[in-house]
Parts: sequence; structure tokens; C-alpha cells
Amino acid sequence: MIGAAQLLPFSLLGALVGADVVSFPQAMLSRPIVAATLGGALAGNVAAGVLTGAVLEMVAMETLPVGASRYPEWGSASLVGGAIAGWHPVMRPGAINHGVFVGIATAWAGGWSMYALRRLNGVWAERALPAMEAGSRRAVMSLQLRGLTADLFRAAIVTAIALLVWTPINDYALAHWTVGRAAAHSILAAAAAAVAGGAIWRQSHGAAGSKWYLLAGAVLGVVLVIVA
Amino acid sequence: MTASDRAPTTIAPALSWSARIAVFTRMFAVQGSWNYETMLGPGIGFCAEPALRELPGGPDGPAYRDALARETRYFNAHPYLAAVAIGALVRAELEGRPAGQIERFRTAMCGPLGSLGDRLVWAGWLPFCSLVALLAFGLHASPLVIVLLFLGLYNAGHVALRAWGVSTGWRSGLRVAASLGSPLLQRGPQYLARAVLFLAGLALPLAIARVIGRRGLEIPSHDWKIALPLAALFAIVLAALLVRLPARVEGWRAALVVLAVLILISIAR
Repeated sequence: MIGAAQLLPFSLLGALVGADVVSFPQAMLSRPIVAATLGGALAGNVAAGVLTGAVLEMVAMETLPVGASRYPEWGSASLVGGAIAGWHPVMRPGAINHGVFVGIATAWAGGWSMYALRRLNGVWAERALPAMEAGSRRAVMSLQLRGLTADLFRAAIVTAIALLVWTPINDYALAHWTVGRAAAHSILAAAAAAVAGGAIWRQSHGAAGSKWYLLAGAVLGVVLVIVA
Repeated sequence: MTASDRAPTTIAPALSWSARIAVFTRMFAVQGSWNYETMLGPGIGFCAEPALRELPGGPDGPAYRDALARETRYFNAHPYLAAVAIGALVRAELEGRPAGQIERFRTAMCGPLGSLGDRLVWAGWLPFCSLVALLAFGLHASPLVIVLLFLGLYNAGHVALRAWGVSTGWRSGLRVAASLGSPLLQRGPQYLARAVLFLAGLALPLAIARVIGRRGLEIPSHDWKIALPLAALFAIVLAALLVRLPARVEGWRAALVVLAVLILISIAR
């Protein structure tokens, strides 16, 4: 069971990376490659964090944070995923799989929490409308600051709840894990690379000569894998 | 003197440096109160507000109140390229352009700034930077290098785009639409798409190899030699399947199901 003293730094960092997704400053601290690495480092195993972050980054390439659409919230979720994967100082078989699973599942739940916050912001904006139509500086400032603060709280709560729920499940899953590391990581890497590859092709295949650029890169990539 | 009494000018009106810095800084929180009703509108008002204080009569005057009310109404755009609109709107307000003209400009700019930003940033620059980070990961760079490389590269483009946007908007005022037709902005997404495809081909095999773990994870080499080609084959088949399936079938959900099944099998065995 995770204690309050352990939970606090994760929640604070989760608030920052969660708010970065939309509210402030959208500097991509919330991308899995950053947030999961931070989560792993804070849990004491940065290698597990970056490994989880790379896999989640491939998966996250599919979801574009386009305005009004509902999409997974990768910031606090990746932090939780990295922390879960790095929870034990020695990387156990299955730890990365479980970290990535927790990351995606939390991102899904986080996406719903973001949707709820946007609805709440709408209610607040509607209430502030008469004052804003009168040109009230105070109304504009308080609406903006309330939204920012609520997003920080939302992300902190998502982080805390996810860690409270997933740490005991993680301990149980890793204690009973039976699949070998090579097989477990192969399935993980293949699934993530497929999501990334499919997403990139969908987004970019309209460019002239697209398949040749992809093929040229793939040939070089495979050569590097063989010689490295 | 009210806003409507002041004649539009061709030279940009004076704006203090403190107001310029405040407008630029606030742009990083432009989506702070994003909602489904007014979308980015209150954020635009929040960003423009420091500049609007320099309207005749100051923050207590009717010009300020009218302008702030206008700028907080419905608006939607890509958050980074909203900077173009903010720069142009601040200038228009300080020039005393008619309210109707400003409102028509706001309506007209939503679509172009949204679609250009989505193609340039979300479908171009962000995947490009992610793939550079994955390439560094695949080449066994340290976690610190990977994170700093990604954040440094991405934010160089991000901050430059916001700075370019606000200065272009301010320079051009309500005629800023012509600047959006510049060859770099129009062809940029195409160039980025090709770079992204090349990088995807290069980085994904290396990233797969590192995740499977030839180095550092104590996986025997005979396991690794079998696992890597099988993983590559599985990835290609699954990617082809995901591309052919309708867009509503999202890959991240499929990955979640695959992982859930794997975890359940591993525990239940």
C-alpha cells in the first residue's frame, strides 16, 4: 500500500504534467517519453521509466490533441505508468508490460476527467457571461485562473487515485507473472510500433512519394538494428 | 474619445514592452478555461487584456470594457497559432477598428488557424520530435539526453511559432490572412510529412529492438534473435490491419486489449 508521503510528490508532478496537456504551458512535458521517464525516476528506476515512456510514446502518436475531440490524457497517466514500471529497483519480468497497461488505462480515464472539466468550464463561463459582456477584467481573470487551478487539481487527483488503485494490483500481477521477458517485451513492442506505424501512415501518406520515404527509412533502420 | 471615434492607421500604434511581454507570457495559458461553449474565447480575452489597458481611458474606460467583452466571445483555433489572431486583434482594437469588422475577422480566422495548426503542429512537428526522441532511445541514448533532446527540439519550434504568430499578427493587423499563405506555412506540413515517414521507418525498428532488449535486460541472444523478427512481422501485420480498419477503431484501444489479454494469461497460467 502506497503511503501519503509517497503519494504527494507523484501527485504534485502529476498535476504539472497533466495541466500541460491543455491548460498550461503545452510544452509537451506531458508526452509519455518525458512524463513516464520522470515517473520512473521519482519511483527510483529511471531505466524502467524511459522504457515505458518510449512504448507509450509510440501508442500516443495516434491521438492528436485536436481541440474539441475527446482524447486520452497522456500526461499524468504516463507519470503513473512510469512509476508503476519502476516501482521495484530491479526490473522484474512483466514490469514494463504492466506499466504500459496502467499508462493506457489511466490515460483513458484521464480523458474522461478532462471532458468533465471542460463541461464544468462551460458552466463557469456561462455564469460569468453577463460580467464578461460588461467587460469585467475580474470575470475574465477569475474564469481563466479557476480553469487552470481546476485542471491542476484534476490531474493531481487522477494521479493519486491511479497510484492507489494500481500499486497493489501491480504487486500481485508481478508476483504471479509467468510469461518470459523476451515474449512479453516482443508483444509489447510490436503492438506499440503497429499503433505508431498505422497512425503515421494515416496522417502522412498523402505526401508525394510517401511510401518511398518510409521504405528508405525502414531499410536504414533495419541495417542499423543488424549492425548495432 | 470612444473606440469608434478613432480613425484606423497604417502604422502600428504604440504598445509598451511590458504589455507585449505580458501578452506573450499569457499565451501559454490561452486554453486555461477551454470549454465546449465559448472554446478559446475567454483565453483570447485573457491574453489581449494587458494590451487593452492602453486603450484611451485605461482599464476603467468604456473602450477597454467594449474591447474586452468582444475579445472574450466565442473563438476557436489551434492554441499556438491563436497568437496570430491575438496580435492582429490587439492591433485592431488599439487602432479603433469598427466592432463589426473585428467580429467578422474573428469569425473568418477560426477555420484557417485551426486547420493549419493541426497539420503543422499536431500532425507534423509533434510526431517529428517524438520520432527523433524514439530514434535517440533506439540508439541507446541516456534518459536525460532523450528527454532534453525532445523538449529542446519541440519547444524551439513551439516558442518560435508563438513569437512569429504574435509579431506577424501585430505587424499585419486585420490583413494578416495574407501571411498565412506564405510558402513555408503552406508547404511546411508536406515537408514535415515526408520527414516523419522517413524517421518512422528509421526509428521504429531501432525502438522495437531496444524494447525487446538485446542490451541491459539479460535476454539470451537466441531468444532475442527469434523475438525480433517475429515482433517486426507482428507489428507490420497489425499496422496494416489498423490502417485498413475504419478510423473509429483506435489503435490505443487495441493495444490495451492485447496487453490485458497478455497480463491475464501470464497470471492465470
